[in-house]
Parts: sequence; C-alpha cells; structure tokens
Amino acid sequence: MTAAPLTLDVAGTPAIPFSRMVAVELRKMVDTRAGRWLLIVIAALTLLVEIIFFATSHPSDRTFVNFMTATGTPQGLLLPVLGIMLVTQEWGQSTALTTFATIPDRAAVMWAKVVATVLLAIAFLVAAVAIASLLTALGGYAQAWQGVGADDVAKFALLQLSGVVQGLGFAMVWLNTAGAIVTYFVAPQVFTVILTAIHGLARVQPWIDINNAQSPLSSGDHMAGSDWAHLLTASLLWIVLPFVVGLWRVLKVELK
Amino acid sequence: MIRVEGLTRTYGSYTAVDDVSFECRPGKVTGFLGPNGAGKSTTMRCMVGLTTPTRGRVTIGGRLYADIPNPGRHVGVLLDATAQHGGRTGREVLTLGAMTMGLPASRVEELLALVSLSPAEAKRRVKNYSLGMKQRLGIAYALLGDPQVLILDEPANGLDPAGIRWMRGLLKSFADRGGTVLLSSHLLHEVEQVADEMILIGRGRIVAQGDRSSLLAGAGPAQTLVTALDNPALAAALAEAGITSDVAGEGLRVNAAPVEVGKVAAQRQIVLTDLRSGGAGLEDLFLQLTAESQREPQDTTEAAPQPGAIA
Repeated sequence: MTAAPLTLDVAGTPAIPFSRMVAVELRKMVDTRAGRWLLIVIAALTLLVEIIFFATSHPSDRTFVNFMTATGTPQGLLLPVLGIMLVTQEWGQSTALTTFATIPDRAAVMWAKVVATVLLAIAFLVAAVAIASLLTALGGYAQAWQGVGADDVAKFALLQLSGVVQGLGFAMVWLNTAGAIVTYFVAPQVFTVILTAIHGLARVQPWIDINNAQSPLSSGDHMAGSDWAHLLTASLLWIVLPFVVGLWRVLKVELK
Repeated sequence: MIRVEGLTRTYGSYTAVDDVSFECRPGKVTGFLGPNGAGKSTTMRCMVGLTTPTRGRVTIGGRLYADIPNPGRHVGVLLDATAQHGGRTGREVLTLGAMTMGLPASRVEELLALVSLSPAEAKRRVKNYSLGMKQRLGIAYALLGDPQVLILDEPANGLDPAGIRWMRGLLKSFADRGGTVLLSSHLLHEVEQVADEMILIGRGRIVAQGDRSSLLAGAGPAQTLVTALDNPALAAALAEAGITSDVAGEGLRVNAAPVEVGKVAAQRQIVLTDLRSGGAGLEDLFLQLTAESQREPQDTTEAAPQPGAIA
C-alpha cells in the first residue's frame, strides 16, 4: 500500500567520530554559568596565588618548584571539580536522557568526558608552567632552577591528571555532585587518619595511602623504585578501582 | 518500521511492561495511549536503549537502536521535555545536538523557526522556559537530524490548544512524507484526531489496538441517537423494521447503526433534525479498557468490561 521502506538506509551515515564527542564535551564545560565561572575562578586563583607568593616570599624561596607547588593547590582542588560536574550534570539536570539517546555508546561518551577534562587540565598546566617560569625569571634567584628537569614537570602533570581522573571516577560511582565532591575530598583524608591511628597498619600504609604515595610527585625530590611501586598500588586502589566501578555503573544504570 | 516484540520489563516483583508487541508503520501516526503509569514511558525508553528490557526487544528499521550509526539522523527522540540543562539557552541545547550529529549551525536556526521559538526566546535559559516552550525545544531537537522515525513521549503536555493543533499538523505532514511517528499520551483527545493507529495500554499490557473504526467496532453493538420532528412515528417505523428504541432526552436512542435509522426514516419520509452515532465513544472505550489501572475507584466498578452495557 505504502511505498515507504520498512528499513533504515544507514549506508550513508558515518558513525559519530570520537573527536566530535570530545569537542561537544569541551563545549559543555563552558556553556553554563557554573562551568564558565569555575574556569574563571581556577584561572584567577592560579594567577593570584602566584602573585601573592611572589610578593610575600623571601627571594631565596622564589624557585620554580615553589611556584609550581603554589599553583598546584587551586588547580589540584578545582580541576577535579570541573570533571565531576561534567559527569554529574548529566544526571542532576537529566540531560543524560538526551545525551545517551543521541550517542547510545555510553562508554564512548564517558571517555570523551575524560579526554575533554584531561585536555583542559593540560591547558591549565601549560599556563601554570608559563607563569611559574616567568615569575621565577623575574624573581632573580640564582639557584631558582637548580635540579629542575623535565621529569619534575612531568611528575607534577601526573599528580594533577591523577586527581582529575580520580574525580571523574568518583563522579561515575555517585552520579551526583555532592556525593562525588565530598568523597573525593574527604575519603582519602579520613583513610590517612585511620591508617595512621592504627599501629598495626604502619607497614601497609605506604601501599594504600594515596596522600602519602603522591606526595613525592610535588616535592621535587628523587623518587626511588619503591616510591613508584607505592604510587602504583595506591593509584590502583583510589583511581583505577573507582573508575572501573563507576564506568560499569554508567553502562548498567537505567536512565529516566 | 518500529517493531516491538514480546517486550517485558520488571522491577523486582513489579511488572511495568508485560509482553508488549506491536508495530508502527511508515506513513502512519501511531498513538500510544494509556493512563499514567501504564508502561508507556518504560516501553519508549526500551526503544532507544535507555532502559534494558528484561525480555523481548525493539527494532527500528530492522536494527537495535544502539546499532544505528549516529541515531539522531534516523530516529528523532523526545522522552522528557524538562530533561534539559536549565543553565543552557534553547539555542545552545540545539547547538550541542547539531554538533554531535554533525549538522551545520544553520540547521539550528531552521529548527528554531520551525517550532516558532523567536530569537529572543532562543537566547533565554531553558530554566526560564514554560513547559510549552520546553516541548517545542524538545520537538526541535528530535527533528534536528531530519529523521525518518519520531518517538515522542507526551509531546503535547504543556502545549496550549494552538500549540497542540500546530503539533498535529506537523506530525501529520511528517507521516504524509513517509515518516513513522509514535507518540504517547494519557489524553485521548490529544491523539485521536491525528493518530491513524492507536495502541491502548493499561497496567503494562496492550488492551486494544487498531484504527479508530475497528476500535469502536469492538466497543459493543452500534447505537444511534436520533431526533425527528415526529418521534413517536419514527419509533413505530423502527419497530416495524424490527429495531428497538427508547426515548432519550428530546429524541430516541436506537439499537442500530445510524445508516439503518436513516434508511427507515427515508423510506417513511420522516424528517430528522439530528442523527449521530450513540455508541460508546473512544473515551468510554479507553476508560473501560484501562479500567483496572485507573486510580479512580468508581471507574473500576462502573466500567466492568461488559460490551453493550455502556450508557
């Protein structure tokens, strides 16, 4: 009766490329007031702490490593929040319905969010290195660059990016902003306190305490093989495990 | 085009959708009707992979939704018009969709114009939109990728009468161009004027399906309401033809189809001032068939499924 076909002709429809998903996720970070302000605050705080540190520190403290450490605090605290919000906004605002009806491959969407957040974090990191270099040069301290190598910047980047990925993992586990932010900031601290309080755990603490394991990344000190091993096991527990659990939850959860 | 096969979704001991099977054909608007909580939304979420069926499956054009590349280009979906980020503008919501589907930015402007969202409205944040505006935005999103299939859950909800009429026209012309439309509603009058086929669902089960006349045919024996200048004469003429009737209001309620009554009146040259079908309307049928899942207790007692007993 009707000439309309009963099948869809999908031959001319290419799949959505991953790069486009990443571009969309990057846009989602800046197209709401909350997201835009968070970015502005991170940028402003980065600049502010650097200038304050420059103005108040003794000239012999104006080393590159100290400048980087100063930026590490605002960025390390707030960049993970950016990633958390990119995930949890889909559930808080119920946009997950639209997002996953448009892209049924939920894992791809989540990986796009990871890549988008990591790209943004790298951009902030590059800016932080640039500002720190500039102020170190202006500081004029002769030994400001002593012992600084590419490995120090790489370790610093590893620290910041670990935090971002950890935040994304907690966000997927919780699928709500408050729960994700609270556990991201509080759980590792509480865990450290408990481990320290219980004497019998002193031997295992280095292997499972993420705060301790990550501290050599920002100190500028040489990291021994055991330090890397501690970092690996603690990261598996605090970053990889929540991420895997969270991703599994996103793949299985019913969207209403 | 849309084929639902033995679809079942349970939540613990509760069965939200119970062995539902139906088909939506191209060129047709299919209305999906049922009271709140009957399983319409769950069925539609299963269609697009947001809910995993316990049993059964849904294919669109022979494929699972997840297997359609860039599905927005083939299937337009509106499941919940309020499910948009309140902090984004209407234009931004469509822009994200267009970017994802790989469409030019001009497509956003086309759709804004199509659903009559003015440039000023498109600039406002969605949280300041009325429900009707959110529905228009949702319909625009569904149509962005120029799809061949539309799946719309309660799209008329919140639209004013003019908006509902506009949407009817939109869906009708979409179907006339060969598109497949499935739209759900809990309000019969929103659907009956536009739907070629109707699927009635209550308590997770399909209770009736078909086009308007075949649904009505199943609603019980035909009845006619008729008023003549000389009612007693008409009643007598009908009785001679073996047709029973009762006085009802200013006229008669006749236990026959309008065409039979008209024939008798024409033969006897009795002047009629009013002649219409007095059988159960779709509304009665709808209430009767979905009675079990209604929340109002009087409906469950009054509307026991007894064909012919409908006043």
